[in-house]
Amino acid sequence: MNNFSYTRAHSLDEAIQTIGNNTKFIAGGTNLLDLMKYNIEKAGLLVDINPIDSLRKIELLPGGGIRIGALVTNAATAYHPLVEERYPLLSKAILAGASAQIRNMATNGGNLLQRTRCYYFYDPDTPCNKREPGSGCSAIGGYNRIMAVLGASLSCIAVFPSDMCVALAALDAVVNVSAPDGDRCLAFADFHRLPGDTPHIDNNLRPGEIITSIDIPEKGFPKNYSYLKIRDRNSYAFALVSVATGFELESGIIREARIALGGVAHMPWRVLEAEDFLKGKPATDMYFSEAADIILRGAAGFEHNNFKIKLARRAIIRNCTMALHPETQLPGAQPSA
Amino acid sequence: MPSPVSVPDTSGNVFKPEKINFLVNGQQHSMDLLPWVSLLDALREYIGLTGTKKGCDHGQCGACTVLCDGDRILSCLTLAVMKDGSEITTIEGIAEQGQLHPLQKAFIDHDAFQCGYCTPGQICSAIGMMKEGKARTRTEVKELMSGNLCRCGVNTHIIDAIMDVQNQNGHE
Repeated sequence: MNNFSYTRAHSLDEAIQTIGNNTKFIAGGTNLLDLMKYNIEKAGLLVDINPIDSLRKIELLPGGGIRIGALVTNAATAYHPLVEERYPLLSKAILAGASAQIRNMATNGGNLLQRTRCYYFYDPDTPCNKREPGSGCSAIGGYNRIMAVLGASLSCIAVFPSDMCVALAALDAVVNVSAPDGDRCLAFADFHRLPGDTPHIDNNLRPGEIITSIDIPEKGFPKNYSYLKIRDRNSYAFALVSVATGFELESGIIREARIALGGVAHMPWRVLEAEDFLKGKPATDMYFSEAADIILRGAAGFEHNNFKIKLARRAIIRNCTMALHPETQLPGAQPSA
Repeated sequence: MPSPVSVPDTSGNVFKPEKINFLVNGQQHSMDLLPWVSLLDALREYIGLTGTKKGCDHGQCGACTVLCDGDRILSCLTLAVMKDGSEITTIEGIAEQGQLHPLQKAFIDHDAFQCGYCTPGQICSAIGMMKEGKARTRTEVKELMSGNLCRCGVNTHIIDAIMDVQNQNGHE
């Protein structure tokens, strides 16, 4: 870890004014400090935003949705009565990620900003376009079991590791950000980005912007939802494939469907065409598998991760079935039903 | 205790220690620490409480788990300076008046350690989990203890020990 200076910001204005070149905000620090210990992230000054209490609340929005503050921890969000009751999909996804200790530390804003867990990104002795633009991608042609099968580019095949963000994508969340020149809102689908030829840029935040909160619209699918996470061990591992599903059903007919995938691309993966396809259809395996085919159209592996395509297809179908019986769900987003 | 000094870097910047106050296991500690000192290193190297273990130092093993204002956190991924004013409890602080904490006793009764390196983190984590109150069944306990790895293979005994204490509490 490089030596750095440290300061606290006590208000949003102070935070925005303090941020500059070679400066980073720190909140939970669970990903930033880990990467700084590897010298992958570096900063001359860390600005601790924890004193900004206005970012640490969960509140109802006038339109019926909720606003979750950027500084609320993942654990406090997942166990908040409003989230448990109205957005159990979000709660479930958060609790499938990391460990209890990390969820007690990590914040909602930081969850959106975590970096990939690609092993080459973490290994400074190998080329990586995300870590060192222009150096090449070691995962293409390397060992690429955990890498992307959708939306990858010749520059980068890394995946975005968050579970929480898969649920936020399915729930049509909106990210509120502040900057010296004003505030703006980004639709969740516009927040993260595909790698293209600039994989070192994970998202569409502009320099100097800070996430203040995340809004979730009223529709939370509390009756029919499921989050399924497939990984190399039962718990405390990043997803090989994960699926968030929310249904609105009427007498077994799908009125509205949301399906988002994690672990397969540089951002949570959602295909609106598949959700439209399911509208008005009976909630059966046959239609779930057709929707899965639409979602996975164009999927391509890079040798060791070819299995992910078939796995994702089966996970989508399985999770859609699980969403019909949320009462059978197991802790840790394990397969059920 | 290493003496705190200002550290210059190659560009001529000087990094100054910050004054930090903690309540650790009920005892007030005041010290000057450079900003990059982790809570784990502060506890072990500056306060001399070596019960909290450095396993991976990257948030993967849970050996460094301590309680901060009652919540279980990883001290290796925490900057000490960010916990100024907090109340920290480590494995050294959980026995009361010479009596082992019920979890400590249960770990002995259930043979829940071999090398013992992960044990302080396991026990602090279990105390934090019980305070959270979200684990009722054995499956839930296993899931919510998954941030603490044991490589000796006594994991089932660890869960047995925790379930034992949970059940005792439930019958009180």
